[in-house]
Amino acid sequence: MSDTLTEQKPVKPPKQKRPASLWSDALYDLRRSKVFIIAAVLIAILVVMSIIPGLFSPVNAFDSSTCDLTIARQGVSSAHWFGTDNLGCDTYSRVIYGARISIMVGVFSTLATTLIGGLLGLLAGFYGRWTDTVLSRLAEVFFAVPSTLGALLILAVVGRDNAGIWTVVLALSVLAWPMVLRIMRAAVMSSKSQDYVVAARALGAGPGRIMQRHILPNAVAPVIVVATMNMGVFIAAEAALSFLGVGIQSPDISWGLMIADARNRFLQAPEALLFPALFLSITVLAFVMLGDAVRDAFDPKLR
Amino acid sequence: MAPQGDPILEVRDLVKHFPLTQGIVLKRQVGAIKAVDGVSFELNRGETLGVVGESGCGKSTLAKLLMALEKPTSGTVKVNGEVVDLHKGSNLKRFRRNIQMVMQDPYTSLNPRMTVGDIIGEPYEIHTEVAPKGDRRKKVQDLLEVVGLNPDHINRYPHQFSGGQRQRIGIARGLALQPEIIVCDEPVSALDVSIQAQVINLLERLQNEFGLAYIFIAHDLSVVRHISDRVAVMYLGKIVEIGKDTEIYDKPSHPYTQALLSAVPVPNPEGRETRERIILQGDPPSPANPPSGCRFRTRCWKAQEICAVEEPLLQIRPGTDHESACHFAEVHDVVGAS
Repeated sequence: MSDTLTEQKPVKPPKQKRPASLWSDALYDLRRSKVFIIAAVLIAILVVMSIIPGLFSPVNAFDSSTCDLTIARQGVSSAHWFGTDNLGCDTYSRVIYGARISIMVGVFSTLATTLIGGLLGLLAGFYGRWTDTVLSRLAEVFFAVPSTLGALLILAVVGRDNAGIWTVVLALSVLAWPMVLRIMRAAVMSSKSQDYVVAARALGAGPGRIMQRHILPNAVAPVIVVATMNMGVFIAAEAALSFLGVGIQSPDISWGLMIADARNRFLQAPEALLFPALFLSITVLAFVMLGDAVRDAFDPKLR
Repeated sequence: MAPQGDPILEVRDLVKHFPLTQGIVLKRQVGAIKAVDGVSFELNRGETLGVVGESGCGKSTLAKLLMALEKPTSGTVKVNGEVVDLHKGSNLKRFRRNIQMVMQDPYTSLNPRMTVGDIIGEPYEIHTEVAPKGDRRKKVQDLLEVVGLNPDHINRYPHQFSGGQRQRIGIARGLALQPEIIVCDEPVSALDVSIQAQVINLLERLQNEFGLAYIFIAHDLSVVRHISDRVAVMYLGKIVEIGKDTEIYDKPSHPYTQALLSAVPVPNPEGRETRERIILQGDPPSPANPPSGCRFRTRCWKAQEICAVEEPLLQIRPGTDHESACHFAEVHDVVGAS
């Protein structure tokens, strides 16, 4: 009996009564994580920006009468904080107004791929056998399509008349979920064979409980990492599709579209490209940091 | 502890064959690994049955069959005289309350993302009738105390404990449903020798306190001797000899048991050089294609023609007082303890 913990731990005596669980401990951890707070503040600002852009910019960028061709491709000035673009529109207000579409495409494509790929990957990895065969082969069919070509095709067919944010989200999600499925499936398969899963089965736990309590918490980390990285990839892919003329179209504003427009005149007016790119980077960084913090909070060994 | 009354666990002709298949799409069976091939024994209330044998002899598969984690190819397991039916949910649930297990490796048998309170409390969430919701936390703390851990550590995670403490957590989880039988699948082989003794003593104390019956699977013969009332020796999926611990250790009658016992390290250097060592030739045959007749005949120094033709039954032989599956069973004290 002598190996009970006898040494006194000086710190952390208070909340002994609090029944801890992975979730409550993770939330407690997140609230004290600097990385999480910085990421959360950045994301909150970006979300507010995309909902009420007028709060940040006095100029309505959707109103083309605010553009003035005579002041096209100007540098940074007190009137135009981020300079002006090829058509003489204010880059600052366009960056603010462009947040909505870029963030929506990023967030919704990530949500869709993570939910679909994660769920199917969990089922394929857990049940194995023919469930795995069917789902994995199905995923490989989508995997085999080159993503740019496939997205072009989907947008050309589905989005010919109504190209917009939802068709872009659809095109990106349909082609990207198999990657999440593969990662989830592999992670589930490796945690499925662990002894604690066998112990839970011996206790009489059903498949639902085993997946929810034992497999998911131990398999979700790589998916979180991939999902947060995908966020940036999707925003960039939306830019690529818009550049190719099948994604978001003017007069809608997205960061990708702005970067694509400013590319050709980069040497004359670098601001028109640099500022949307900067916002894009900050957004992606914020989501990657968020994913990092969440992943760490759900790993008790890092506490 | 003297066995009393009806056996709590009765195993009859338990068989588990794992199919060997060939082909990817059209799988066809080309053979079977005969992991457990006709095992029968009884376990009495409050008794410890040790199961020993070398790696790959089917000990762990036997444990999985007893826990209903694998479906037996044939044979039955009876608990309290009732046959365990894998297809009837209520029957199976009742059965699981009565038989629990302690696993080998305390580093992998506890979910790293659950607190100790959640791990030990999970049995109550599955079998909600055992403890009302408000009582569960108290019960978990009681269990922690029973296995010698600090009840205040209920909110900690497994990685904050040492190997021995983790094994105690595993034992507490097994005790939560107040089972009558606990299957210990090599519960101390992953632990330090000093910690092994503590865990063994804990298991013995719990047995006295709660009247538990143990199936104690191990390959450490000294540990098995210390804790067991009866011992079964397995070779290639079959029990070759079964009897009281003194019968097996002092009067082994099966050549395989004798060889196994002669390999036990002797701590006393006096006479260590001169004692008899039986060194078996070759490796155990493949369980996919076991030898005809007696499975041990390929490595046995007593093997004769009859061994290849007729399978020796597990029964009391002339000159022995316990069951032995050898045509030429003969008591031979290899250890020299008596």
